[in-house]
Amino acid sequence: MTSPILRDPGGGGFVVELEKFSGPLDLLLHLIHEDEVDITDLPIAKIADQFLSVISDLGLNQAADYLEMAARLLRIKAQMLLPRRLGDDEWEDPRAELVRRLLEYQQIRELVDWLGHAADVRSERFGRGYEAPPPDAPPAPLQIDLNDLLAAAERVIALIPEPMLHRVVPRPLDVEGATARINALLAEREQFGWSDVVGHGATIVDVLSAFIALLELAKRSSVTLSQPEPFGPMVITRATPREAA
Amino acid sequence: MQPLAKLLEAALFAASRPLTLEELASLDPGAGEGALRAALAEIRAAYDPDHGVELVEIADGWQFLTRREYAETIERAQFALRPRRLSPAALETLAIIAYRQPVGRLEVDEIRGVDSGAVIDKLLERGLIEVMTRGEGLGRPLLYGTTPSFLEILGLNDLGDLPRLEELSVALRRPAPVDELE
Repeated sequence: MTSPILRDPGGGGFVVELEKFSGPLDLLLHLIHEDEVDITDLPIAKIADQFLSVISDLGLNQAADYLEMAARLLRIKAQMLLPRRLGDDEWEDPRAELVRRLLEYQQIRELVDWLGHAADVRSERFGRGYEAPPPDAPPAPLQIDLNDLLAAAERVIALIPEPMLHRVVPRPLDVEGATARINALLAEREQFGWSDVVGHGATIVDVLSAFIALLELAKRSSVTLSQPEPFGPMVITRATPREAA
Repeated sequence: MQPLAKLLEAALFAASRPLTLEELASLDPGAGEGALRAALAEIRAAYDPDHGVELVEIADGWQFLTRREYAETIERAQFALRPRRLSPAALETLAIIAYRQPVGRLEVDEIRGVDSGAVIDKLLERGLIEVMTRGEGLGRPLLYGTTPSFLEILGLNDLGDLPRLEELSVALRRPAPVDELE
């Protein structure tokens, strides 16, 4: 985390002015400058309160770096409140470390200004090899060989997964079964109708199987097929050669 | 111009980055450092008053750069674009690394008061800093330093061109090494 770039994972959301402060020290310096107080004799209680109020206003109080600084300020504030004996030589100013860090940071900020200015000046001079990023050029005219296109299309088609929906597995015709059924009927009766062969509720596969079986038997002269009237039911008659046999 | 000056001029024109004295010397092994410097001075003088470009000493080398006054016009015409500005966080980190190098991430974090890992990664990616060595401390942390690109983007010739800390209005010198204390 570089600057207080924060996101509330809960989605409640708070937006921080990203570049405004690059860290708790930056914010602290800002407050000190705003109040025009002496950095080496920091009014810690006042600054700590301001710091807390700003980070809660900006939603920074959820950023660890800022929270840590807030805790540090409060600790120093508490230490300053502890009574101490007059003329205590052993007493160390609890603010000393923070002041040192602030001064150090302030120095860095001054260098940042200097570096930023130097970079700005430098950026106004272009070197020979510098190539600006090209503007959004229109797409190049399409040049494509028909064979390439077809090959590409084939590759794409090959990649398309075969749809698995409604895959119908055809049931094979059961001609043998139908033949056996017809032969059984022939053994019983000399003549019978088409409806006796297929029965009720026959599927199209059953009908086809029976029909092919009948044609086959007729071809072998086992039966004689006749239709007494147009569109009338087919009549199956046991063939005479069978009787002879 | 002398033949050597013309040769250097051609090389500097062709190069897209600053060329160091050693690099320029490789063009003509017979030329000594003095001759090279004299030739560079000759080129610089030839361009100085009345050319749109000038020979600039930068990043421990020399490079032809356009004069500042044309920046805006050139940029408006989109013949060249200024590089994006570095963020304050990046500049802070660069400043600390430039002055404290070789320096580890922890020290940068400490001075800035925030985690600087992401900024350091970005600066590494842009080639403005590099890993110089490893520290002695726990886990032998990586120590970073600035690269010639850092000097180049700031238009500096060497790190000595950076302001000295004593010159800054905030007086805080680097803590003296222990062995220098009395």
